[in-house]
Amino acid sequence: MRIDARNHGYTELNRVIRASSDEKFQLVNVLGQRYIGAGLSGKEIMIEGTPGNALGAYLNGSKIIVHGNAQDAIGDTMNDGAIIVHGNCGDTTGYAMRSGEIYVQGNAGYRVGIHMKSYQDLYPIIVIGGKVGDFLGEYQAGGIIIVLGIGVEGCPVGSFCGTGMHGGEMFIRSETAPVGLPVQVCCEKATDEEKQSIRHYVERFVKHFGNDVDDLLSGTFFKLTPNSASPYKQLYVNN
Amino acid sequence: MPVNYMNPLFEVVRDHDKCIKCRVCERQCANEVHKYDAELDRMVSDEMTCVDCQRCVCLCPVNALKIRPNENRFRDNANWNQQIMTEIYKQADSGGVLLSAMGTPKEYPVYWDKILLNASQVTNPPIDPLREPMETKTFLGKKSQAISYDENGKAHYEKTPYLELDVPIMFSAMSFGSISKNAHESLARAATELGTYYNTGEGGLHEDFYKYGKNTICQVASGRFGVFKGYLDAGAAIEIKMGQGAKPGIGGHLPGMKINDEISKTRMIPKGTDAISPAPHHDIYSIEDLRQLVFSLKEATNWEKPVIVKIAAVHNVAAIASGVARSGADIIAIDGFRGGTGAAPTRIRDNVGIPIELALASVDSRLRDEGIRNDVSIVVGGSIRSAADVVKAVALGADACYIATAALLSMGCHLCRSCNTGKCNWGIATQRADLVKRLNPEVASKRLVNLVTAWNHEIKEMMGGMGINSIEALRGNRLMLRGVGLNPKELEILGIQHAGE
Repeated sequence: MRIDARNHGYTELNRVIRASSDEKFQLVNVLGQRYIGAGLSGKEIMIEGTPGNALGAYLNGSKIIVHGNAQDAIGDTMNDGAIIVHGNCGDTTGYAMRSGEIYVQGNAGYRVGIHMKSYQDLYPIIVIGGKVGDFLGEYQAGGIIIVLGIGVEGCPVGSFCGTGMHGGEMFIRSETAPVGLPVQVCCEKATDEEKQSIRHYVERFVKHFGNDVDDLLSGTFFKLTPNSASPYKQLYVNN
Repeated sequence: MPVNYMNPLFEVVRDHDKCIKCRVCERQCANEVHKYDAELDRMVSDEMTCVDCQRCVCLCPVNALKIRPNENRFRDNANWNQQIMTEIYKQADSGGVLLSAMGTPKEYPVYWDKILLNASQVTNPPIDPLREPMETKTFLGKKSQAISYDENGKAHYEKTPYLELDVPIMFSAMSFGSISKNAHESLARAATELGTYYNTGEGGLHEDFYKYGKNTICQVASGRFGVFKGYLDAGAAIEIKMGQGAKPGIGGHLPGMKINDEISKTRMIPKGTDAISPAPHHDIYSIEDLRQLVFSLKEATNWEKPVIVKIAAVHNVAAIASGVARSGADIIAIDGFRGGTGAAPTRIRDNVGIPIELALASVDSRLRDEGIRNDVSIVVGGSIRSAADVVKAVALGADACYIATAALLSMGCHLCRSCNTGKCNWGIATQRADLVKRLNPEVASKRLVNLVTAWNHEIKEMMGGMGINSIEALRGNRLMLRGVGLNPKELEILGIQHAGE
């Protein structure tokens, strides 16, 4: 179904998408409508334009493709599905996402992958093509965040990366390690074997946006993991 | 041998003439206070680990046990009292942050006890609740502002999702993790029978309890544990936790060792990993951001559920509540600083926040002044101890009350304030299977139902005395209240007159 979103609010759009028996939707002229696809299962939405905040919040197994930029909080608490952005996206991308995949061709804002977690076979993936702002992977508890830094000079992540991280992995393609990492995060150059562990996701990124997988993987990657020897732990005494 | 600065807090007094050495006390005590000494052929005690939970006292078949405060005292000092000195020794020993459980035991003013209710005399006579209909049914949610009529005389008004309560009392948020599965089941069953609601807390909803969904409030907190579409759809309402009365500004941290199979499943995180709910929602820095979360939850649940925003009672609570009312929330829950907790840093619990009575009065007044009181309902918690507290809260402006500590007490809790140790002998605040099974949901839910039913009778009786036959007519009716021993400023904030006026 093709929907011209011009002059239509988000509730209307979501209602039409939910009510329709169609599986595929093309939304054109999207301009800032929030919450598109909130909690949605089993559909595919192709968006032309700029969707508003919280795109695909609580997404539960749908695919959303954005031809344009996305704004803040895409994939908030997403449980399953995929969000593919042919452009840039804003802050808190993938907040507390538990499973599914987010691919962003360009750059992303602050707090990408904050609170991302994994559980059993649920394992979330975020791949950002360009660079990201501060607090990447804050409170990360599971899943994989990959920042490819394509066309970026210097390290493609901002400050305070991995603050509060206590699970999962981050891979950052960069010649230099992120600066100012907290002592609770381990940062080492990824081995070839480790790089191959993310090959599948880089391949998908390339499938969506083009580029060369081997070329991307031949670069230096830094792998960030929580430092189990130095966890975030308040020393308490029962009172 | 190092000097032990710590004294036992309690003495275990055992009447050996009565004791039959049945060893029930030994089996019942997870703190391992009691032990049978074969050589002496008698029961002995290690008082050091006693928390005064009274489990052994209640189960001793011959009433041979008493737990009383240790009579040994440090030298009297009104300033450097026993508690403060002990805390200093503890911290000097460990270097740790003091951690406590349940509401503050400190002597802060309890304004409920300084407010008296009215009763009718001569004119506007009292109503006998046993013979006259009395309405305590409560609706929570946005109240429609305008009603229009079509040509057929049919009324039209905006309908928004609401909660319908048979009693103006709900069970406040306690997560599965902070309390046991049996405790959760007891609350769920009681809420169902009472026609009210219990609250999952921020720990997700156990798969066995989805069947109680229409009496369940599903909480969403910063860690988003167990939050997914099915969870949001399962409950009757969604509560966004912004704060908690016992620990405003502090998040939650369930240590990995407490994340067993079932909690792992319910929170949807791997077994043995820490569950960290930071104090802030990192996507909320403004009322507009809060609005975004409120609306995303409404949108995800097809606008079928009311959204509650829970905040702690802090200094600027009226301004905060005004913002929350404008965020699109249907209900504001305000949690006073005497509220309970499974674990909180002692200094936070005992020093941060304000009493719920003052917070409620100022929020209700502020929302009325701004003309937005009907946009939201107000639910208050944080030490509602009796039906009288409920009646006073409603008269101060609350639509309903949240109870949790009182609910735990009805299930057997004796307020030993040791929830954080995970060794609750009453099977409530523990995940140890051998302790959890002590709490029978059949019995505990019945006790909860008894408590709330009794309170509801008392509420009706107090309303009847005032000549009021509907809780709606009591709501915000501060003329029914008078203060005793309160200063002019307190009376002004509470919006009530002094007794005798």
